[in-house]
Formats: sequence, C-alpha cells, structure tokens
Amino acid sequence: MSATTHHDVLLETPLLATPLLETKGLTRRFGGLVAVNDVDFTLRQGEIHAILGPNGAGKSTLINLLSGEFPPSEGEILFQGQPIQGRKARQIARMGIGRSHQKTNIFPRLTCLQNCQLAARIHLGGVFGSWRSRHRALEVDQRALEVLETCQLVHRAHTPASAMSYGEQRQLQIAMVLATAPKLMLLDEPMAGMGREETAQVTELLKGLSDRYPLVLIEHDMDSVFRLADRITVMVDGCVLETGPTAQIRASERVRDVYLGRHHEESAA
Amino acid sequence: MLHRYPKRVVIIMLVLTAFVAIFPLWGPLVFGAQSDFMMEKMTLMLILALFAMSLDLLVGIVGLVSLGHALFFGLGAYTLALASPAFSPAAIWWMMPLVMLISALAALVVGFLVIRTKGIFFIMTTLAFGQMLYYFVNTSRHTGGTDGVFIMFRPSVEIGGTVLLDLDNPLTFFYVCLAMVVVGYLFLRWLTRSFYGQVLDGIHDNEHRMEALGYATSHYKLVAFVISGVMASLAGMLAAMQYGFANPAQLGWHTSGEVLMMLILGGMGTIFGPILGAFAYEILQHTFEHMTTHWPILMGITIILAVLVLPRGIAGLIIDPPNRESLAKSPLLKWLKREPTATPPEAAKPAVSTTSKEG
Repeated sequence: MSATTHHDVLLETPLLATPLLETKGLTRRFGGLVAVNDVDFTLRQGEIHAILGPNGAGKSTLINLLSGEFPPSEGEILFQGQPIQGRKARQIARMGIGRSHQKTNIFPRLTCLQNCQLAARIHLGGVFGSWRSRHRALEVDQRALEVLETCQLVHRAHTPASAMSYGEQRQLQIAMVLATAPKLMLLDEPMAGMGREETAQVTELLKGLSDRYPLVLIEHDMDSVFRLADRITVMVDGCVLETGPTAQIRASERVRDVYLGRHHEESAA
Repeated sequence: MLHRYPKRVVIIMLVLTAFVAIFPLWGPLVFGAQSDFMMEKMTLMLILALFAMSLDLLVGIVGLVSLGHALFFGLGAYTLALASPAFSPAAIWWMMPLVMLISALAALVVGFLVIRTKGIFFIMTTLAFGQMLYYFVNTSRHTGGTDGVFIMFRPSVEIGGTVLLDLDNPLTFFYVCLAMVVVGYLFLRWLTRSFYGQVLDGIHDNEHRMEALGYATSHYKLVAFVISGVMASLAGMLAAMQYGFANPAQLGWHTSGEVLMMLILGGMGTIFGPILGAFAYEILQHTFEHMTTHWPILMGITIILAVLVLPRGIAGLIIDPPNRESLAKSPLLKWLKREPTATPPEAAKPAVSTTSKEG
C-alpha cells in the first residue's frame, strides 16, 4: 500500500504544481482589431477567477479562445500542462472544459431533463455504445437529475426548455455545464439579465460549487464578483490591466480609475 | 414531449392501416372493375410513404433539407434493374442486401461531402449530386439512357426451392409493401425516441451548443444521412419492382421535389405525417388528373392553401386539433376577418374603436 501511495504522490505532485489553466502571450486579431492582446492568464486548482472589464475589453473573446470556439492568432493555452490551442471546441469540451454562453444557448424543444441528459451523456462515454447498456442510461439519468437538483430545477424536469422563464433558462445553462462533470467551468455572464433575487440565488449556487469546480467567470455584477472570486483579472482594450487576489484588485487605484471609474460614470449617465 | 404523441394519433394510424390492409375486401365494392388498378395505385402510395418517411428523418428530424433524395430512390431502382439476371428472377436475399450496401456506400460518399454544409448550401449540393447521377444515367449506354432498364422478373422470395412469397402476385406485393411501411415506421419511431434520436433533436435545435458540449455533430448527421439513404433505396427498389423498370425520372429533381411536398403536406418531423402526406398527395393528384389536363395548377393551389391553413401539415391537425383558441390565432382567419381598410386611416380610427367596444 505504502508503495502505491508513494507512487501516487510522485504522480500528483507535478499536477498540483502546474496551474490548471495557463495562457502565455495569448493574442487574437480580427482583421485590424486586436481583441485579445498578449494575455498571460493563470488559473490555479480550486479557484474562482473573475474577469472584469468594460464592454469590448476582450473578455468573451478570451473565453472563446479558451474553449476553442476559434483558434488564437498567437500564443499558447495550457490545460493541465498540455497545450490545447488549435483544438476544436468539441475536443476541448471532452477534455473537461465546460462552458456556458453569454446568450441563452439551450435546446428549446427538448425538456429541461433532456437538455441535461445530452450534456451528461457525452461525458459518460459516447452515444452509440450506450444503446445496449441499460446501466449507462441509468447513470446518465442520475447525473442529469442530480444537477437539476443542484440548480433547483427538478420541478421543471419535464417542461420544454422554451416554456421556462428566462431566469430558469439561465439556470439550466449552468446545470448543463455541471452535467458534463467539468474539470473547469467557463461561465460567460451567467447572471446577465437576471433580477436581483435570481442573481443572489445563482451567486450562492456558484459559491457552493466552488470547492468542486474551478471556475473562470465573466460577470458585470460587482457584488457577485467580489463575493465569489478568489482572484480577479481586469482587462482593458484586450490587455490585462491588473491581476491579483480580490482584495488587491478592490484596493487598486489603477483599476478604480480605468475600469470602476468608467463603469460608475456609465451607470450614472 | 417531442416525438410522444397523444393516444389518438396511434388510434388513427392503426385504423388507417387496417383500412388499407383490408383494401382487397372493400376495393371491388367501391371501384368495381377498376379495383386491380386501384390496388396498384395503393401499392405505389405505400412505396412513396416509405420514401417520404426516409426523407423525414433528414428534413424533419435533423433539419437538413435535401433536394436530392431521389438519388437514393433511383439508385435502389437501378441497382435492382442492373443486377437482375435477364431471363430469371433474382433472389431477394441477395438483392435487398446489395441495394442497401450500394446505397449506404453512395450515401456515405455523398454525405461525407455535403454534411458540413448548411441551409441553402445543403439544398444546392444535394441537388447537384442528384442531378449528376441523373445526367449520367440519362446519357450512359450501360443504364439504358432515357429508356431506362426493364426488369423482366420480380425477385423471388424462396428458401431451398420453396417459394415463400410470390411477388408477381399484385396482392402479395401489396402486402409486402404495407409490411415494409409498418416496419420502416416502427424503426424510425424507435430511432427518434432512442438517445441517438435525442442527439438529432439537439442538433436540429442548436447544433452550435452540441459542438460546445463535445458532440461531433457531423458524424451523427452522416449516420442519419446513410440510414435515410438506405431506406429511400429500398423504396426505390420496390418502385422498380412495381413499375417493372428503372427510369431516369426516378432520380431526377422532380421526384425529390414531390417527396418534399409530401412532407410539407403531411407534417415534417413526425414520421407518421409524411405517410399521410404521401397518400394525400397521390390521392389529390389522381383526383385532379381526372378533372383537368391542367392539374398541376390545381395541385399548386392546393399545396399553397395547405401550407397557409395547416402550417404543421396533416399531422399537426391530428396532434393539436383546432379549437377556438388556436383558430383565433390563425393568420388566414385573421386576414379573412380583418376590418375593411378602404377608408383613410384618420376616418377609420373612431369607427374601429366603436366596433371593438360593441364586440
């Protein structure tokens, strides 16, 4: 036993040492526009990392690069020490990076449960093999119901997604990401357009998940971000302005001037 | 839930199936001397129902509108015609697998090339492949050119010299076609309710999200394309047996267009709808043909009216029978009941408000 334990430690130590996700000099250009400019970003295991920035700062583009929606123009993305840039979105998804989209992105005709089943199935092994396996089907159902319970949607299990309220659809999006049992979640404005009460509810939900699921979060709701995030990266015009623990960013003069200041002006206007 | 229909759908379909199945009993009473001809018509409708069903998997379920589905229909017909020996019947145990194999290979090749395109591009590329085979068959010496290929003997169904079914007998052939439709329907029903079907629904709804979840959507679509192509080729094989020949027209775009109209008329994405659509289309055409030589005009008007009145086809009528509420929302009825707007808007305004108060 002791031999295996020792072996495990040897295997695991480098994994713990390397960040879960790391980008080096990540750049993406759209024609003349540099949407993401030389971004170094690091996410440690078990961490919630929020990305802040004014509109057009390149936050969503960064998420799209991380999830393989499109390839970077330059730079590297390392997931668990492995380079993943240039891989297809579905390959990255199957490696364990689950994402939600800024706009509600679900299967409207399918029921809430079926939406989660689709998500669960792909990560419990393919589809064609499972035709014969009753066991597999049960596992998928169990997983799907579990995440619905986590997201408090069980009572909606058999409702077509299109018939649910906007807030519920947003919650379903998170449930679907959870159903894939991700090693890392990328959530692009999960609370966009939600009411105050729903926002608080989802914030609590994410807080509760934070020990199991490392998270990269884009969010405009400052209260939620400060409550959730361990670290914050502030982006402006595609570049990283500052990155550090939440307390440091809150106190930062530079961030207050460039981003929070502008943000307050915007909301005042 | 999707692909789960009210009980009345099952009951109506069972009654209709029974009604068709006992045609030999009521046919002679209704049609008299024309009964044999009508049974052949009925057989053809069954074959077209199988063809329409196969296309529904692609168009209604996956959401890929193909205008080249006749390619597989014609391929089935030509495979049978060309592989049959000239002076003796072929064995169905060889013919059917051969037809399925060749169409599956063709669907794999064509599908591989077209499956990544979407919308109008998918329509155009499928049309292009269909027309490619059409012109090849139409001009090649080996396929009989515009005359097509005649089939002297329908395949035999026998085991060790014992004839199980005599396909030359119109009544037997009628029941074989009916059985094929029933089996085809049950297969597609099972498929759409399986998890694979759920994946296809997901692709129909939101392919982008499926990719983001990790599904290789083009693989799933390709499998559906092949299944659909194989089913269409079996329908084509039956059609060739029925007519006694394979003809270029069977794989032209007119055939693809007609089967698409059957889907629209019957209701896409329901599998049972296209069966009803195939029957409705053929019955309409038969009726109009007897009324006037300009029957395509009547056909066109009917299809346009059907789309306006029944946006979800005949199937939609059965799944959600019209009630007061749904009728009130119908755009056509709204248009018919609209307020006359001949008077200028300023003058019309008070008039409208008074009428609405009265109502």
